[in-house]
Amino acid sequence: MRKTLFDKVWDKHVVHQIDNGPDVLFIDRHMVHEVTSPVAFLGLKNRNIKVMHPERTFATADHNTPTINQHLPVQDPLSAKQLDALEKNAAEHGISFWGLGHEKNGIVHVVGPEYGITLPGATIVCGDSHTSTHGAFGAIAFGIGTSEVEMVLSTQCILQPKPKKMRITINGNLDNGVTPKDVALFIISQLTTSGATGHFVEYAGDVFKNMTMEGRMTVCNLSIEMGARGGMIAPDEKTFHYIKNREFTPKGPAWVRAMDYWQELYTDKDAKFDKEFFFDGSGIEPMITFGTNPGMGMGISKSIPTADAIEGGAATYQKSLDYMGYNEGESMIGKDIDFVFVGSCTNGRIEDFRAFTEIVKGRKKADNVTAWLVPGSHKVEKAIKDEGLLNILQASGFELREPGCSACLAMNDDKVPEGKYAISTSNRNFEGRQGPGSRTLLASPIMAAAAAVTGKVTDPRTLTN
Amino acid sequence: MAYDKFDILNSTAVPLPIENVDTDQIIPARFLKATERVGFGDNLFRDWRYNSDESPKQDFVLNNDTFNGKILVGGKNFGSGSSREHAAWAIYDYGFRCVVSSFFADIFRNNCLNIGVLPVQVTPNFLQQIFAAIETDPDCTFTVDLAQQKIRIDSTSASEGFEINPYKKDNMTNGFDDIDFLLNIKKEIKKFAQDTPL
Repeated sequence: MRKTLFDKVWDKHVVHQIDNGPDVLFIDRHMVHEVTSPVAFLGLKNRNIKVMHPERTFATADHNTPTINQHLPVQDPLSAKQLDALEKNAAEHGISFWGLGHEKNGIVHVVGPEYGITLPGATIVCGDSHTSTHGAFGAIAFGIGTSEVEMVLSTQCILQPKPKKMRITINGNLDNGVTPKDVALFIISQLTTSGATGHFVEYAGDVFKNMTMEGRMTVCNLSIEMGARGGMIAPDEKTFHYIKNREFTPKGPAWVRAMDYWQELYTDKDAKFDKEFFFDGSGIEPMITFGTNPGMGMGISKSIPTADAIEGGAATYQKSLDYMGYNEGESMIGKDIDFVFVGSCTNGRIEDFRAFTEIVKGRKKADNVTAWLVPGSHKVEKAIKDEGLLNILQASGFELREPGCSACLAMNDDKVPEGKYAISTSNRNFEGRQGPGSRTLLASPIMAAAAAVTGKVTDPRTLTN
Repeated sequence: MAYDKFDILNSTAVPLPIENVDTDQIIPARFLKATERVGFGDNLFRDWRYNSDESPKQDFVLNNDTFNGKILVGGKNFGSGSSREHAAWAIYDYGFRCVVSSFFADIFRNNCLNIGVLPVQVTPNFLQQIFAAIETDPDCTFTVDLAQQKIRIDSTSASEGFEINPYKKDNMTNGFDDIDFLLNIKKEIKKFAQDTPL
């Protein structure tokens, strides 16, 4: 039978099939962070069992960590207790632990690829919905709940019904100023936040082929925002080049064996998908969101849609616009901005900081804007310094913080105050996501940069040549 | 963790006719700092339920004594967003045993099934009938029968079937969990792991 990329990876990992039930799926690599793991480790303790494969398990601290003064003790007692619990659990079970201050510390979905934990054709899970990021390498990667974290810690397997398959194909050339983030926000605006629920997505076509690995990660990262469990892109030379010689990638004969498998990872001609979508890349504009879910996005030159143009309930739509303080029919250009957040597992990689810097170079941060630039990892932070970006950023009035999830979900002190507007390169604009009462506009790093120097929502193309 | 067995639930219901209720609303991220599974019910829908000065928001349904029960009824695409199982824990800890909607987000649905909260997906039309029945009479009860895979509006006797994976149904009926199952096939898993390079 003709197989999709997804089928090939899934089928290879099925340990056991339950009649009329889910598959028992073997997990190659399991990433663990401080927030969704403590109760799972407690479960192991109650059952009196150990982690089955500590060598396949990787722990990092990222969700609640401060992004300044990381060398000092964590002030918030609850966060400190959670971080302490992860460190102790990792030590007790013999799991590698990249805690606060460790040179390899960073956001779980940024460090995974950086150190070669993420591999093509692998199954990867983590107690975080943006685990879909790793699909950029042709892995099946998806977020799981804490009961499932406990399942994987104790048996290295997970019980999952095989999802349906969807393919999204985009060909054509992207316009200047249109980034992978814009492509993803465009897709979500077309499919809505539930359009891919029940499905695993494969992204195909020139637009994704031409993207850098960082760009592919941004796109796959946002798969969950249209309801998909995950998204993946067939590995190619770019993928193999990226992962080669990283710490946890296979070496020597093991690399050669792995390549034999990886080179077969593509969707066979005529393989069947449950759903297919086709879009024209040249029609995509720089995107911005105006509402309280990632599906409420539009091209920057457009106006906020009217309720009757939107699928779903008018009351829910109005509630969302009221929360944002916007009205139907308005343009987003010129809207006030108070905060700018660049970072997260969506757009916290070196390429994102290069793009941001390119726009702010030679300009000054607007006085009304508070900017938080948070690298996704120490490796990204180092690259920002080594490439000379930090000097440019500082000359423009910006500072760099230390790595972590930060204002993406505001578990630490990086909270946007009530009623304030933040343009954010992260992944969710839900009510209160960046702090109680905060209002979030999702956008690309260059849209964020344009807002950071003008103090309001600005089409980034007006600042590029 | 093994959980309560689910058989037949007969209860009044709490209506939340809002679409795309995301996990950040069900439990905001700042309340995810516990290292044990206790107290999450207090923070269920925290920012919809309380003002910033901690006073209750009178217009939110959980602050309205008229509506009670072990069934929460939400709009389409309930539980979208993050994988935090804390959202399901908060719903359970508050006292709900069943969530009804016309559409659930995948991870949230799995999380519910894994802790003994039954997600019941009904048609949009039946969902409207449920909301209407509660509006007519907030004391109206509903019967959720897992064995029969049926939900009934007791006041009108209208009923509808719902889907559940037979394996998961068996787990919920008996209060089993997946780890019990997986530990029973540990030998098979070990063999598979040996043949699967890191």
